[in-house]
Amino acid sequence: MLRDAAVAALAAGLLGLPLIGFRLLDQSGGEGLTTRWPELAAAVALVFTGRLALLLIDGGAVRVALLIMVAFAASAFFVPWPAQFLKVVAVGGAAIIAIRAGLILAGPRPVALAGGAIRPIGRFLPWLLVLFALILPVLPFADRGVVDVGILILTYILLGWGLNIVTGLAGLLDLGYVAFLAIGAYTTAILGTQYGLSFWMCLPFSALSASAAGILLGFPVLRLRGDYFAIVTLGFGEIIRIVANNWRSLTNGSQGINNLPRPTFFGLADFTGSPAPGHKAFSTLFGIPYSPIHRVIFLYYVVLALALAVNIFTLRIRRLPIGRAWEALREDEIAAQALGIDRRRIKLAAFAIGAAWGGIAGAVFDARQGFITPESFGFLESAVITAIVVLGGLGSQLGIVLAALVLIGLPELFRGLNDYRMLAFGAAMIAIMLFRPRGLIATRRPTAILK
Amino acid sequence: MLELEGVSAAYGAVRALDRVDLKVEAGEIVTLVGANGAGKTTLLMTICGRPRAISGSVRLRGQDITRLPTHRIAALGVAHAPEGRRIFARMSVRENLQLGARLAPAANLKTNLDSVLALFPRLGERIDQRGGTLSGGEQQMLAIGRALMAEPELLLLDEPSLGLAPLIVRQIFAAIARINRERGTAILLVEQNAHHALRLAHRGYVLATGRVVMEGPAAELAANADIQTAYLGKLSA
Ligand SMILES: Nc1ncnc2c1ncn2[C@@H]1O[C@H](COP(=O)(O)OP(=O)(O)O)[C@@H](O)[C@H]1O
Ligand SMILES: [Mg+2]
Repeated sequence: MLRDAAVAALAAGLLGLPLIGFRLLDQSGGEGLTTRWPELAAAVALVFTGRLALLLIDGGAVRVALLIMVAFAASAFFVPWPAQFLKVVAVGGAAIIAIRAGLILAGPRPVALAGGAIRPIGRFLPWLLVLFALILPVLPFADRGVVDVGILILTYILLGWGLNIVTGLAGLLDLGYVAFLAIGAYTTAILGTQYGLSFWMCLPFSALSASAAGILLGFPVLRLRGDYFAIVTLGFGEIIRIVANNWRSLTNGSQGINNLPRPTFFGLADFTGSPAPGHKAFSTLFGIPYSPIHRVIFLYYVVLALALAVNIFTLRIRRLPIGRAWEALREDEIAAQALGIDRRRIKLAAFAIGAAWGGIAGAVFDARQGFITPESFGFLESAVITAIVVLGGLGSQLGIVLAALVLIGLPELFRGLNDYRMLAFGAAMIAIMLFRPRGLIATRRPTAILK
Repeated sequence: MLELEGVSAAYGAVRALDRVDLKVEAGEIVTLVGANGAGKTTLLMTICGRPRAISGSVRLRGQDITRLPTHRIAALGVAHAPEGRRIFARMSVRENLQLGARLAPAANLKTNLDSVLALFPRLGERIDQRGGTLSGGEQQMLAIGRALMAEPELLLLDEPSLGLAPLIVRQIFAAIARINRERGTAILLVEQNAHHALRLAHRGYVLATGRVVMEGPAAELAANADIQTAYLGKLSA
């Protein structure tokens, strides 16, 4: 085992020699060469540790590997690495291997099809995550920044769960889901700034407008199959962004819209030190000193509640005839239609419902940012949301949470290192594809239980 | 019950069915035999509306269903256990059967489930197992059972014996006979295994390159040595 790890480290060293060890400098007096031995040594050490942990996992010593990696990730955070880049790789890599080990401990092996009987997996993990999410804002390390990242992750979980209805359950590869986020966000922004509606009044309109757009798009497009459908939805995402950019009278073009409606405390109080006339301040309502973090924490709980609502909705609808029909169509369209399932109508319903949740996420997006521009809704956003759903394991609610934590949370940890954020994102994605080709949670829970 | 008149079907430029006339009376088992590629699967699919017949008509109890979409045809009482079984591999046996029950009244779910499990006790033993983990024979039982959950009046079966061991084939065929006897369900059975199929059926059709080349009472067709050499190729005993 050790020898195997050493071989891998040696290979890394040889490969890394030209890539990391030497560096061409573009000096004024011509080109020069510098060496970077500490960096190279650190990289080799990283490969050695990582390889060892993976071998430990394969050898069955999963707990040992998990411990080593968690300890490594924690300590790597404080070690003065010769390059920030290596810090990203060390902490990120160790976290990924630790997650892998944890998932193996938490559930059955990914190829669950061979296993026969269906075992419920991760029975406690979801409840632990919900509990953690509930108490996060009151934990000692939860400053404004942490809660804000929490809102961001929850927004992506909300989006992931919304898209999961379309892609995970109904099996439609929608690459333009960001369009519904954009429509929801612009609906709230326009209604809020031009018609003075409050956030809470805008919310249902965002859901409705996104859903209506989903139906309008879905009607002609749902007759297309697989790849064509994906391409058309991708185009739709871009069209919405371009429209937002050019319909200046409505969207203010590329300048975007500012001063979006902030959620009030259910219309009872505002989250400002000096509320508008006739309004109460949240702090006076509860007799506590004013703090700007109240607003952030409140928004956090709003998003959490909305996300949990989508989750409960999805878990319920999966058991209803329409949810069953989605999954049947995803598994086998020909068989499903032979059982009397109307392919177009059922898929349209999935599309409309998924779009509605995307619209709601758009309103939340407004509330967090306070402003929007068309550039917030590019293809990259769609790609990230799709990646969360696919890498989470199509159809798995828990998998989406884990994927969002890894794909959004991890890069946020490294926000200080601007350029390396996308690298961490890419590394996390590649790692999941390597270790979990069917997604983080590949098993599907049955919806029919004994009666 | 079911009546096809001059039905032709094609995949693009490739014609797969050529003016087929075929009838299934209520309570009858009709078998359609023919070599690989003769168009048997296409015929069942055309009855279900995909591919749609390019000419001719398909009628069910006198009603023209040629142009109806698949799910509407299913709702009229036609259940199809398609080629390759096409069970939902990631879903449990129970979920597969429940999906089959969409078209039947919800109140009958329990009795229908019990009667399918009585017909195929093996499914009962594996009720909460994933469909994909079943053996080939069990998957075929599930495909037929799922079709029965809709309380069909006409059952279309596409090569239920394909790839199964002789013992299992006998079990499946016995179940098909029982379905017909006890429920009075009309059955259109597509088979390459002509020997078995003709023993089970009341009447038979022989299909070759998209055309009906022979038809008649099953016993007569079985006795006719010409069919066996000319159209069925191998004759499995
Ligand atoms: N989806 C399809 N696209 C194009 N040609 C097809 C398709 N399905 C079947 N065919 C062709 O139609 C003919 C009949 O096929 P099929 O109905 O599957 O025959 P059988 O079930 O009797 O083996 C064959 O020549 C086959 O190649
Ligand atoms: Mg066939």
